[in-house]
Amino acid sequence: MTATSTKRDAPEASAATQLTMAGALNAALRDAMEADDRVVVYGEDVGPLGGVFRVTDGLQQRFGDDRIWDSPLAESGIVGTAVGMAMYGMRPVVEMQFDAFSYPAFEQMVSHVAKMRNRTKGRMTLPMVVRIPCAGAIGGVEHHSDSSEAYWTSTPGLTVVMPSNPADAYSMLREAIESEDPVVFMEPKSRYWSKAELALPVRTAPMDRAVVVREGTDVTLLAYGPTVRTALEAADAAAAEDLSIEVVDLRSLSPFDDETVGASVRKTSRAAVIHEAAQFGGYGAEVAARVTERNFHWLADPVLRITGFDIPFPSPKLEEYHLPTPDRVLAALDTWEWDA
Amino acid sequence: MARMSLNVEHHSVRALPSEKPIRLLDNAGHAVHGAAAGGFELPDTETLVELYRRMVVARRFDVQVTALTKQGRLATYPSAFGQEACEIGAISAIEARDWFFPTYRDSIALLTRGIEPGGILASFRGDWHNGYDQHAHRTASQATPLATQALHAVGLAHAARLRQDPIVAMTFLGDGATSEGDAHEAFNFAAVWQTPTVFLIQNNQFAISTPLSRQTRAATLADKAVGYGMPGYHVDGNDVAAMYAVTRAAVDRARAGGGPSLIEGVTYRIEAHTNSDDPTRYRQSRDVEHWKRRDPIERLEKYLVSEGALGESARAEIADAAEAVAAHTREVMTAEPELDPLELFDHVYARPRTALLEQRARLEAELADAATHAADHAGAAR
Repeated sequence: MTATSTKRDAPEASAATQLTMAGALNAALRDAMEADDRVVVYGEDVGPLGGVFRVTDGLQQRFGDDRIWDSPLAESGIVGTAVGMAMYGMRPVVEMQFDAFSYPAFEQMVSHVAKMRNRTKGRMTLPMVVRIPCAGAIGGVEHHSDSSEAYWTSTPGLTVVMPSNPADAYSMLREAIESEDPVVFMEPKSRYWSKAELALPVRTAPMDRAVVVREGTDVTLLAYGPTVRTALEAADAAAAEDLSIEVVDLRSLSPFDDETVGASVRKTSRAAVIHEAAQFGGYGAEVAARVTERNFHWLADPVLRITGFDIPFPSPKLEEYHLPTPDRVLAALDTWEWDA
Repeated sequence: MARMSLNVEHHSVRALPSEKPIRLLDNAGHAVHGAAAGGFELPDTETLVELYRRMVVARRFDVQVTALTKQGRLATYPSAFGQEACEIGAISAIEARDWFFPTYRDSIALLTRGIEPGGILASFRGDWHNGYDQHAHRTASQATPLATQALHAVGLAHAARLRQDPIVAMTFLGDGATSEGDAHEAFNFAAVWQTPTVFLIQNNQFAISTPLSRQTRAATLADKAVGYGMPGYHVDGNDVAAMYAVTRAAVDRARAGGGPSLIEGVTYRIEAHTNSDDPTRYRQSRDVEHWKRRDPIERLEKYLVSEGALGESARAEIADAAEAVAAHTREVMTAEPELDPLELFDHVYARPRTALLEQRARLEAELADAATHAADHAGAAR
């Protein structure tokens, strides 16, 4: 892929080191734990093993098991106890091992994490982060590749973000931990090993803002997490055919940055949203609806959704047919009436 | 923060709770000694008189709120009539510095903890989902999703332990809630982390209409403690002396670093689940009458009177105090609350969201329109 995704935070060459997204997340946890002793980390296998994706590698050795520890294997228990810890003034950062494994915690998330501030008129707040490795394209067997974002974004009270690159991963996780509100922090597994030169502590755009990661004039592709790379590759290929594509990395799924997205769509007059999750009732439906409602008179064509099929996530040898590809993106753009 | 290892010494508790509930006062109001008392001592007379006073006040409040609900002042009210020994015995065992995680049936425990009737009942009247300050009272809001609050109690207790604050978190659950996954996760997390948590299961025999026999195959709900490696106690839940003594011992052990306990109080829900329930469909009135003859307040009263510790004047004074609480509750709940629809948007996020402010502006405009129409109507009518 091109290097466009990190151009806005190009670090000083002298201080930079090469980090993967997993490494950047690890550094963010380390720095947050250094900065604030209210920050505690727990979940399944996050201690001596360092997490199944090694995001917590070395942290227990550094901070001890009163700051980061392995919990019993029970996701509702993990999130429910984090609620209690946050009530007492801690800032728990808990890990759901894979996003399909977060479902036992659904009730705690929806009935308590999301509602506590509202129920108590702001007297009881829950500064906590639920980290969720998400999405597919890693050859995972069943239940290891879900995209659960729409379950969380349709719940008022939750803040939901998803970085697409190492710099944002570091910056947004630091900001999520500093937030006074609970944050669902979704980490696209297929990007864990993507690399960037970073000088820490890097701070990118605020967590609640979308960012134009590639400028263009003809089409706006709205992407987040794993599909930002898909969009950038589609934009590269389209450039060869004289189609100028602008790519917006949404970053924050809730709240939605209407301002940045609206400005791009009014400039290009055509928009499509790309995600791995199924289409029906998916996050793209909300994006298409609000982009249309707010920008209808600037649009030359309907907002498209380029998504996974409306099927349960496939087995590893078939997932490539399910996931949006640059070719599928470009084919979808061809369905617009370009000459009209 | 001081370093402190979470690797607790591994010692599991394997003793089964007694099959016969622990009892310190029998139904006739006589002190119980020997094995049936489970090694617990009857609390001193001063403590028992105070527990009596709290139960009498609690019942008067409960009866008053049920009456107000029948009059339509509240949307709903889950009564704890008959469960006063469990509620008051247990809540009296924790201190102001401790935390309490109640359910919707525990209004009388909240009253005993010093929370204003208006604050307790705001949610049942329908003003807002919660009406009191959690931090000020160290009391979480009343949980409706069953057993979910037990995990909060465990997490808070664990946080306190990490900070080395000697506080205890107590939570109440019902018999039905023990079937929920969160109950099991809470028991297990508490035992593994050795948190200072006290779980009180009020076995009032019914989850709305479903009897205990459809909820569990276990001989007692207290037996469940053994599987998690924590002490369990099977207690006569209509004996406030036993409820207080057992929970107090569990609280003291938790505070001293001895980990969690699970206590089952065997009691009975005399009233319907809520005002919209019809218990004649699922239970016999003779069962209700049987349990009415095991009334927890009468039992303690018999004992205190026989001991000469509760004279006519003391009973009259307590009855007056209860009437005063009832009168205050009537007054508070009869006043119409002033609600601001625009407050709906004020407490969703720490920082206002643009899209939410747009929705707020729309509602504000609707309200202004409605006010204008109302004024026009009033003008036309004149």
